Amino acid sequence: MKNSVKVILGAAALGLLASAASAATLDDVKKKGFVQCGVSTGLAGFSAPNDKGDWTGIDADFCRAVAAAVFGDGTKVKFTPLSAKERFTALQSGEIDVLSRNTTWTINRDTALGLNFVGVTYYDGQGFMINAKKLPGVNSALQLSGAAVCVQSGTTTELNLADYFKANKMEYNPVVFEKLEEVNAAYDAGRCDAYTTDQSGLYGIRLTLGAPDDHVVLPEIISKEPLGPAVRQGDDQWYHIVKWTYFALLSAEELGITQANVDEMKNSGSPEIKRVLGTEADTKIGTDLGVSNDWVVNVVKAVGNYGEMFEKNVGAGSPLKIARGINALWTKGGLQYAPPIR
Amino acid sequence: MASQEILGRDAGSRVSLMNDPKIRGIFFQIVVVALLAAAIYWIVGNTVENLRRANIASGFSFLRGRAGFDISDSLIAYSSDSTYGRAIIVGLLNTIVVAVVGIITASILGFLIGIGRLSRNWLVRKISTVYVEVFRNIPPLLVIFFWYFGVLSVLPPPRDSYHLPFGSFLNGRGFYFPKAIWGEGSWLILVAFVLAIAMSWFVARKARQRQMATGQTFPILWTSIGLIVGLPLLAFIFSGFPLSFDFPKQSTFNLTGGFQVKPEFLALYLALSFYTAAFIGEIVRAGIMGVNKGQSEASFALGLRPAQTLRQVVVPQAMRIVIPPLTSQYLNLTKNSSLAIAIGYPDLVATGGTVLNQTGQAIEVVVIWMVVYLGLSLVTSAFMNWFNAKMALVER
Repeated sequence: MKNSVKVILGAAALGLLASAASAATLDDVKKKGFVQCGVSTGLAGFSAPNDKGDWTGIDADFCRAVAAAVFGDGTKVKFTPLSAKERFTALQSGEIDVLSRNTTWTINRDTALGLNFVGVTYYDGQGFMINAKKLPGVNSALQLSGAAVCVQSGTTTELNLADYFKANKMEYNPVVFEKLEEVNAAYDAGRCDAYTTDQSGLYGIRLTLGAPDDHVVLPEIISKEPLGPAVRQGDDQWYHIVKWTYFALLSAEELGITQANVDEMKNSGSPEIKRVLGTEADTKIGTDLGVSNDWVVNVVKAVGNYGEMFEKNVGAGSPLKIARGINALWTKGGLQYAPPIR
Repeated sequence: MASQEILGRDAGSRVSLMNDPKIRGIFFQIVVVALLAAAIYWIVGNTVENLRRANIASGFSFLRGRAGFDISDSLIAYSSDSTYGRAIIVGLLNTIVVAVVGIITASILGFLIGIGRLSRNWLVRKISTVYVEVFRNIPPLLVIFFWYFGVLSVLPPPRDSYHLPFGSFLNGRGFYFPKAIWGEGSWLILVAFVLAIAMSWFVARKARQRQMATGQTFPILWTSIGLIVGLPLLAFIFSGFPLSFDFPKQSTFNLTGGFQVKPEFLALYLALSFYTAAFIGEIVRAGIMGVNKGQSEASFALGLRPAQTLRQVVVPQAMRIVIPPLTSQYLNLTKNSSLAIAIGYPDLVATGGTVLNQTGQAIEVVVIWMVVYLGLSLVTSAFMNWFNAKMALVER
């Protein structure tokens, strides 16, 4: 009910606020003194509050990176937890400045919804998880005909699920909830045979279940899920700031700039590193964007480079232990590639 | 108002137009209507302009697009190839189903509880009181959670279902019972059933006329039951038992076959019925207590038995007090059914929410929600007003 109210208020705000879609998000953000960032209601590795109540995860860190680029201070960010249903209305109505909430980039969202995706912070794909103890012998998603499948409503996941079962001429029984926690609870209680969402999410959710070792993620990946941050349309400056913050994170990794060595790197002899870190004479690398020239230094100081962000939140340094895989840099056989900062 | 008019007329031509209360009244009403219209015009215009500027598609044409998602419970044929519009209709029908069966159950339960609170039996009275106090003082969402997480989700998995009589099963996935499959010639049973109802109505009418004329009573109830059960049964035998059952069977994941009532529906239906029944119980109690004690005393003095007194004298008068607040409870139940979203029952709000999110058409979907709930409530009100008029005391 509360959510419906939120959506209705969002819709009302969408209609009433003349400034909602107007330009100059950067000015608004500077005036209020923080970046308002939309995150999930709790997905381990991406955006979830830790035991101290601080938001952690790759999506939350991206918000900090944007705040660092704008203010030189990664803590100047406020988080708004959003359900899948609320997320787009919240962004459209101006309630949040950036949506960094494991959201799949699709053409429909880029066009009809009036959003602009800035890039792909995590290349994902949809998978299935089952309780291997209760369903011995099931080791492929193609054996799931007749199963009850838990899924979150209003996601691309829900659509891919329908397509996959239809394409393989299988039957299933969707059990749909609005909130991630509700889906988790229903799956854990045995309401469904299988749980489907992005594979990274499945690994994270598995750890929160009563008996994680009983559950296995099936090998099939049934879709492309490029997850990335999005902003409103109609404000190119803000779009560029958020987009280049993402590219700065990638470039920093490529150039070997880390949270620990960023200050030393400022004195590096490499013209490329000097250019990126804004130590070149008479540089306009940041001011043209609308931020300070040392914005990349601030970003890396706040959250590290992309690789550090990945390892800390979802990779080897986290309980999820997800391999870099296709999320490695292009130089290492992955898909992450940034245009040059020059 | 009346005295003002007289004053105005008395003053007649001597008062200027400015001070004429009638003209002033009309003037201010026109001003208010104009302001309201201007405000609506401004809001709509502003919304359209903002949507256009933010590059967000608007209009209702999205309803014709392919939905692409599946819905677990549907009364009408629906697949992921159906349109968004159809998905919303599926949700609307689910809302209506849960509202209608909820209203029926809540009414029956509520009347029993209401009468129970006035019972002479100590235990019945206390149980009814505890029931009312418990359910009336818990928010409906918690009652839904109680049924869903507290009762239904702790049932065993499909493999260890409870076996119930007549080949039905109960487990964490819902309640399964055999589905009747009607064979050739079964239309005869339906015809017999309709015929039986018509005959019962005719018998009841004749019996009433006879009672009016001669004072003799006729056992209408037993005759009707005999007709309504007997005639279809005869037709059933005559047409050669055209009935078979599809029994639920264990398969890899779930029970297949038969008819499945999902736990989401059960939880919502039971919660709404139990919650609203507590309020209806109090309304019924108030209605019965609102009938003057002299009425039943007079009835006893005339020699009517307690059951007859209740049915013929007390209830008809109590209904006048009961129906108006009962209407509010029916409306509340229908609107509370939107809490279905918390447990994943695909009602109007849930499917509409999915459509909203897949298409991003927030304003349009919210408008559909509001119009539909308004429509449902107005239909319910209209029906109850008609019923109220029918039940009103007719002086003879």
